[in-house]
Amino acid sequence: MSETIMKIDHLQKDFSIGLMSKKKVHAVNDVSFDIKKGEIISLIGESGSGKTTIGKLILRLLRPSDGHIYYNDKDITTDYKNKRDYYKKVQGIFQDPFASFNPLFKIDRIFDMIFKNFIESDKNKKEKINDALKCVGMNPEFILRKYPHQLSGGQLQRLLIARALIMDVDVLVADELISMLDASTRIDVLNLLASICKEKGMAVLFVTHDLSLGYYISDTTLIMHRGNLVEKGKTSLIYNNPVHPYTQMLLKSIPDIGKRWDKNEKFLPEDINKKIDDFYKNSDIKKGFIEVEDDHKVLFSL
Amino acid sequence: MTEKILDVKDLKLYYKTLKGYVKAIDGINFDIKRGEILGIAGESGCGKSTLGNGLILLKKPLNYISGQANLNGKNIMNLKNKEMNTLRFKDISIIPQFAMDAFSPTKKIKTFISDIVSQHNINPDEKFFDKVRERLDMVNLNHSVLNNYSIELSGGMKQRLVMVISTLLDPELLICDEVTSALDVSSQRFVANMIGDFRDKKIIGSAIFITHDLSILYQIADRIMVMYAGHIAEIADSDTIVKNPKHPYTKALISSLPKNDVQYKDEQLSGIDGTPPNLLNIGEGCRFRFRCKYATDICAKQTPVQEEISSGHTLACWNYKKAGSDKNV
Ligand SMILES: Nc1ncnc2c1ncn2[C@@H]1O[C@H](COP(=O)(O)OP(=O)(O)OP(=O)(O)O)[C@@H](O)[C@H]1O
Ligand SMILES: Nc1ncnc2c1ncn2[C@@H]1O[C@H](COP(=O)(O)OP(=O)(O)OP(=O)(O)O)[C@@H](O)[C@H]1O
Ligand SMILES: Nc1ncnc2c1ncn2[C@@H]1O[C@H](COP(=O)(O)OP(=O)(O)OP(=O)(O)O)[C@@H](O)[C@H]1O
Ligand code: SF4
Ligand SMILES: [Mg+2]
Ligand SMILES: [Mg+2]
Ligand SMILES: [Mg+2]
Repeated sequence: MSETIMKIDHLQKDFSIGLMSKKKVHAVNDVSFDIKKGEIISLIGESGSGKTTIGKLILRLLRPSDGHIYYNDKDITTDYKNKRDYYKKVQGIFQDPFASFNPLFKIDRIFDMIFKNFIESDKNKKEKINDALKCVGMNPEFILRKYPHQLSGGQLQRLLIARALIMDVDVLVADELISMLDASTRIDVLNLLASICKEKGMAVLFVTHDLSLGYYISDTTLIMHRGNLVEKGKTSLIYNNPVHPYTQMLLKSIPDIGKRWDKNEKFLPEDINKKIDDFYKNSDIKKGFIEVEDDHKVLFSL
Repeated sequence: MTEKILDVKDLKLYYKTLKGYVKAIDGINFDIKRGEILGIAGESGCGKSTLGNGLILLKKPLNYISGQANLNGKNIMNLKNKEMNTLRFKDISIIPQFAMDAFSPTKKIKTFISDIVSQHNINPDEKFFDKVRERLDMVNLNHSVLNNYSIELSGGMKQRLVMVISTLLDPELLICDEVTSALDVSSQRFVANMIGDFRDKKIIGSAIFITHDLSILYQIADRIMVMYAGHIAEIADSDTIVKNPKHPYTKALISSLPKNDVQYKDEQLSGIDGTPPNLLNIGEGCRFRFRCKYATDICAKQTPVQEEISSGHTLACWNYKKAGSDKNV
């Protein structure tokens, strides 16, 4: 197996909310997994299950309540120096593209800043920018003179991908980066990401709701539900032999083009939660996060 | 024939920029019948949000150039903002792209709702909230969400709330812009079904459902309209679009949908080569011609006209006879 470059170790993040911080949300609950060089991991789960929070913890945008993140064996949760060096190698692309750009800067200025902040030399700068833009299917001439508000949601998402391409990073956290793209563009972007991972050894934590694309692209799959990692393992094992009821339900609800949904199946989130609680209650032999086969673990109780 | 709630004729909406016009909606024709859900699909940047937003509010730099958008027989493109204000929410309402992210993090949901409706001269009294609660029941949300902060709610819950708020006045036409794109598959399914449910219960009259995700549209739309670079490529019932498309772009789009049994390491799927054109000051001709394997001379010279090739099936392609009979997409 190839080397582990990042280790997520019993990660916990609680948020206090409301007046006087009375309530607590366990956004990420005791989550552990490794990221290997060149690996594509898809992180799939309910909305609000903690996927973005994990991404932000890795990107040091949040501090964990407990647990550790090791990058090349260094604990980045305690070693808070060298943030800049870290960001040269670990980058993120976030879900709301409008929030990721300074609205006052034109796109060319945004790319200039990347070179200024993260890349040693300006050599072939223009060429690199143009290549990256073409890779994500955009016309440099058109895009570089625009302000972010003059672009559509999907165009901004592609710019974010181009930015990551230029930077040549070790770990890319890609949070819903393809959510606004149509089928044909999605495939192109994914093929591109996969080829970069192969060639340059970049690892990607690919947060997505699209299970078919997760299957297409990733080596490893992680399934989250309400802050917990409920199933993890080799992608083909998870898809062919799902054990946790949440994973089973997700795989069952993949829209199958050409086949109509059964109107009687409501997919009420509340019903699903009940099913999961029952599963935890009834699995009295197995407890905790347990291996069911090689490279396949399942959460049997909280 | 059923009555039309919206009838759009040769509509042009351009963004005015220093360099000229970005022709984001450029001469489109379509209609929506009462009780119908019309799906709009197409590549990112093709003008879906421009159309949806433009029907609600023409905000600079977006300009109305020509054509009509007749809502209940009245061209709303010519209305003064004040007149239009009386139609918003009641006759036509929108759930904008990324609306879910617009909840204020520091306000309770109840306060947030009160603030919005007050801006529209509705008194958020207990009677009003009784109606809100009734609607929350319909979408399986507990009344207690009113006392929550938005960060306590999952994306699926927030999107259901947005739905409830935008439909409180029972709009005749609801425009939904990418409402399922940020949700997990089960929440997606719930929210998509909800739109159909609201229609069946007559809470909304008709709906425009915008998404790039054809597999969702196939589930809930009666008809699907496929757009490309500010033009309409094809409109037909959802079975025809998915199983028997005739326009070269629709065909390519359908064939690049992911199959559920392919992995990158075994087989590489492919998209459509090339990129959409720059819409700034764009001239005549089919906008798909640079990527189309059926393109001929005429495609570069004249913009294909929308033509009804059979009942309910509209196309804009000079060579659709050749393309449409070609099985190998
Ligand atoms: N700054 C914050 N303060 C309080 N709670 C928060 C904060 N950020 C996130 N949360 C809560 O933490 C939980 C996890 O949120 P997160 O955004 O990580 O979910 P997600 O899996 O990315 O969801 P989605 O699929 O909708 O993007 C949610 O309940 C959310 O409301
Ligand atoms: N304010 C603006 N000024 C100039 N051009 C604009 C402006 N807003 C949008 N555009 C351009 O208009 C075109 C249509 O944008 P629109 O947002 O309608 O696309 P969309 O189909 O909704 O895309 P997406 O699927 O990515 O949301 C795009 O090419 C975009 O760059
Ligand atoms: N869901 C909706 N359905 C119908 N109309 C809407 C909806 N949301 C907003 N509008 C209308 O669109 C118009 C523009 O809304 P927007 O919030 O962008 O206004 P604004 O120009 O920012 O004004 P304000 O200063 O009051 O916030 C408003 O007149 C509002 O009535
Ligand atoms: S009009 Fe010409 S270029 Fe356009 S889709 Fe048809 S054949 Fe292709
Ligand atoms: Mg998220
Ligand atoms: Mg849009
Ligand atoms: Mg406003």
